Amino acid sequence: MISKREATLNYLILGVFAIIALFPLLGVLTSALTDPSESSASLTFPSSPHFENFLTAWNEGHFGTYMRSSVLVTVSVVVISSLLAVLAGYAFATMRFRGQSVLFYILLLGLMVPSEALIIPLYYDLRGVGLTDTYWALIFPQVAQSLAFCTFWMRSFFRGIPTSLIEAAKLDGATRWSVLWKILVPISRPALLTMAMLVFMWTWNEFLMPLVMITSENLRTAPLGLAFFQGQHTSQFSLLAAGATIVAAPVVIVYLFLQRHFIAGMLAGAVK
Amino acid sequence: MTTTTAVGAPKDAPTAKKKKSRDRSERAAYLYLIPAYVVFGFFLLYPLLHGVWISLYDWDGLTPATWVGIGNYTSAISDPMLLKAFSHSAVLIVFYAVIPILLALLLTGVMTHATKLKRLSFFRVVIFLPQVVASVVVATTWTAIYAPDGVLNKALSLVGLEAVTRPWLGDFAWALPAVGLIGTWVEIGLCLVLFLAGVSQIEPELYEAARLDGASAIREFFAVTLPGLRPQIAVAMTLTVVAGLKSFDLIFVATRGGPGTSTTVPGFEVYHRAFDLNQVGSACAVGILLTVVILIVTTLIQRIDPGERA
Repeated sequence: MISKREATLNYLILGVFAIIALFPLLGVLTSALTDPSESSASLTFPSSPHFENFLTAWNEGHFGTYMRSSVLVTVSVVVISSLLAVLAGYAFATMRFRGQSVLFYILLLGLMVPSEALIIPLYYDLRGVGLTDTYWALIFPQVAQSLAFCTFWMRSFFRGIPTSLIEAAKLDGATRWSVLWKILVPISRPALLTMAMLVFMWTWNEFLMPLVMITSENLRTAPLGLAFFQGQHTSQFSLLAAGATIVAAPVVIVYLFLQRHFIAGMLAGAVK
Repeated sequence: MTTTTAVGAPKDAPTAKKKKSRDRSERAAYLYLIPAYVVFGFFLLYPLLHGVWISLYDWDGLTPATWVGIGNYTSAISDPMLLKAFSHSAVLIVFYAVIPILLALLLTGVMTHATKLKRLSFFRVVIFLPQVVASVVVATTWTAIYAPDGVLNKALSLVGLEAVTRPWLGDFAWALPAVGLIGTWVEIGLCLVLFLAGVSQIEPELYEAARLDGASAIREFFAVTLPGLRPQIAVAMTLTVVAGLKSFDLIFVATRGGPGTSTTVPGFEVYHRAFDLNQVGSACAVGILLTVVILIVTTLIQRIDPGERA
């Protein structure tokens, strides 16, 4: 049993750290609601909430455009990497083939290499084929960077599924392809959801890739748009704060709903 | 590849059939792998190798390149700018990894039986929150806190410490620790959540035994909690040290390496050399060096926990 004094101490510690974690974020939220005329370059608390800042940021700050780019890129990356990782993970988990371990170690490289080492050659390669300043320059490299993690994730999940299940389906005449889509993928839904969430977060928050690849303003993703907005609107902090809130919101909302999966996934996916 | 030659098999037919189905199965495996490896090859492996290749040239990104062999590497490791960038990384690692881990260990030790608390998941969600907020948003937020008329300076003036106030991110001595503290803020929650999860997996009997032996809280921490948390400490170190070594987003948005060069880091050097100085070969060499450092550091950290092959 925990004594009352111990419990109080525990709550006190957790409370202090919760406040430290929350204070800056809540400060941005309250600044975003502050009347632009009262706003200063610091965190402010509004006398009355001004929700129209979000509208102004969305329209005049072009955050609507940035969000559209982010949604397009993020959805594409999540869908394509999940699909490719399901296929590759299935092969690694259930089949034996020549070069299996070599291919596996090559993929492992994808977990280790930081994007800082790839970004410069990638830029010149993509520029060479005319792909810079397009969504493709954001989608394919980020799929490639997510693939290592996703393939490992799916492989280890598929390996945990009892082989008797697969054998039974094969006896019933199921093909390899239908075993995957009719049996394994439906069982893997929780694992797929966690994986998709993590890729969603990594892609949504990515900054270096769009910074280097994108020059057109209407192709900027939300974090890139915010970085530019920050450089230009230091005097209108309430608008900047509204923009920051808009950029952070999608991931934070998904996190609040699926926090258990999020935390478990991020800790399990520690290899990334 | 193990060739299936059935030694002393009475009939050839089944073996041949088996081999045929095996070949078919192999072909099928490759079909499942091709889509992933095509994307991986074109957009990760090829750029990586190309980066190594570019790093062997003196190239401005426009005019023909000249071969310099390992010249970019030798000049990089004797370049005071780059040494400075790596020494800044070392300072950032203290803030990103050492302080959060030590603090989280201390708190985990103090919070005996914390895992049985009600509402623990609420606190976990809040404390972990900075991990999921986009780094650009984090940088924007803290830039405001550190601003000349920001919250930090206001709070300092309020308690009579006007003399200490300064534009934190514009101060040659303070900019780097100020950025580092942002890292501490981001990573502390990760470490705490990891360690609390780890403590809940330590067998309660170990704690009971320690109590029966009359071990003090401190002895209990060093005898039971700390050894039990070894896997979590290894994971926390890997994540936070790599975050400290990379840290491009935060630096780019908050300080751009400044004032002067007081907060430049290797990731920023890559960008700066390639796009501001047009030294593409040198930029690639710095990128490869950073990769090598990350590989060495993560390999060393894995040694802490021999049980885990991450």
